[in-house]
Formats: sequence, structure tokens, C-alpha cells
Amino acid sequence: MENKKLKDKMLVVQSRTNNLSTIRDFVYAAALDAGFSVEVIDNIILAVDEACTNIIKHAYKSYPEGEITIKLKRKDKKFTVVIIDHGVPFKPETIPDPDLQKYYRQHKVGGLGMYLMKSLMDEVKYVSVPGKYNQVLLSKNLNNAN
Amino acid sequence: MAEFSTSVKDAGDVNIIYLKGYLDAHTAPVLENTFSNLVDNGRYSLVVNFKELSYISSAGLGVFMAFIEKIRENKGDIKLSAMNDKVFNIFDLLGFPLLYEIYKEENEAVSKFSQIKKLENGK
Repeated sequence: MENKKLKDKMLVVQSRTNNLSTIRDFVYAAALDAGFSVEVIDNIILAVDEACTNIIKHAYKSYPEGEITIKLKRKDKKFTVVIIDHGVPFKPETIPDPDLQKYYRQHKVGGLGMYLMKSLMDEVKYVSVPGKYNQVLLSKNLNNAN
Repeated sequence: MAEFSTSVKDAGDVNIIYLKGYLDAHTAPVLENTFSNLVDNGRYSLVVNFKELSYISSAGLGVFMAFIEKIRENKGDIKLSAMNDKVFNIFDLLGFPLLYEIYKEENEAVSKFSQIKKLENGK
């Protein structure tokens, strides 16, 4: 494969959980194209799924007509999934690391998705412009692919 | 759209729940219903077979947390079995092996319940 100029790709879906598989398929194909191993791709799509699930549930509070835009970028060895929504801004610093013992008592979990994102990706960044958009950037470096 | 389904087998005092496909925020309610039906019928000794589960996200993991305490309060348990490496790694990353027994084979998990029963009867 020639070292072609990175081709940016984009997907726009409504904020519904039945679109999660569409999102995963879209990112899977692009990450495969980028040269990641299947194991790493599995981690990337799980991180993206978690980010989008959080957007559907928390940013849009399960409102099904919100818009989620997924952009894929490659720069040098860095593969970045940019996820944009127009829902309630998210404050990542307010989410503590998960405590399973506590969840056990509360019968519910929270923050697992964010913990997975941080564990599975090389970089997780949140950018919110209140009243305009929220952006999550999930990056993985290709040299760590195998 | 990704598919997910469950099927339940009666194995005496134990029920085995077979998971198939993709378990995410969209399909997690299917598994919630399966657990609800079993618990409502007083079935608390549960083994989950993950052999045909291809994918799990935290929404799926949350379902196990939602039912475990009630089940244990009723002297039951959810024992997990036959996970592929990918699915196990996610459970492991989140610390689930501290809270759940995870077995390589379904029958190992099932036999743990009968061992407990024997011990109780022997008292």
C-alpha cells in the first residue's frame, strides 16, 4: 500500500442504541484499513461504543433525534476517532474511577465505559463548547498496533 | 443491526443461560428480561454460557451487576463460563473476577452448585 494522504471519513447517525452496531462496523472497517490488528481494532470499537452509549444516555438523555457525528482521522501513525454531539456538555473530571464493590451494593454501574475508554485507547480527550458542541477524541497509535 | 439472543436450559436445580451475538446498550434489555423471568420464578442458581457471545460492552456488564445481589440474597449465584479471551479480558479489566466465579467450562460451573448443595445437605 502506498502511503496515501490520509482520507478522512465521516458517519452521521441519530442518537439511538440501534445505531451502535452501524458505528462499530464503520470504525472497524476504517481501523482495518489503517493497518491495526484485529485485537487492537476490537479495543478501538469498544471504546467508541462506550463513548457513543454515554452520548445517547447522558448527553441526549435517550432523546432519539439527536445527532452523533463520527469522524476518522489519520495523521502519521496516529488514528483518531472524533465523536461530536450537540447534547448536554460532559464533565469528565466529575466521573470517578469505577468501584465495583460500591456498584454491587447499588445494583448498578457507572463510569465503566469511561474507564474502558481510558484503558483501551492511548489518548482520550474531551472538548466542549457550551451551546455549540461536545467532542470526544479517541486516539490509538499505529506503532502500538501489534 | 447486530443481533443478540439468549436461550435458557433447565438442568435440575440450575438454569443455564446461553448468550449469542452482540451484547451492547441496545441489546442489554434482552438479557435483563431473561434474568427477570428466572428470578421472578424463583430460579437463583444460574450459569451463563458465553461461548457464542462475540461482543460485550459495559452496558452488558451492568446487567450482571443489576441482579447479582438479589440472587445471592436468595442463596443463589450467577456463575460465568466459556468466555472467549476477548470477552474475558473486558471482564478482567473491570475487576469482575473479584465478584464473580468464572469457569472455562459450563459443566464446571454447574457442578459447583451441586457441590454446595451436597455440603448443605451434609450439615
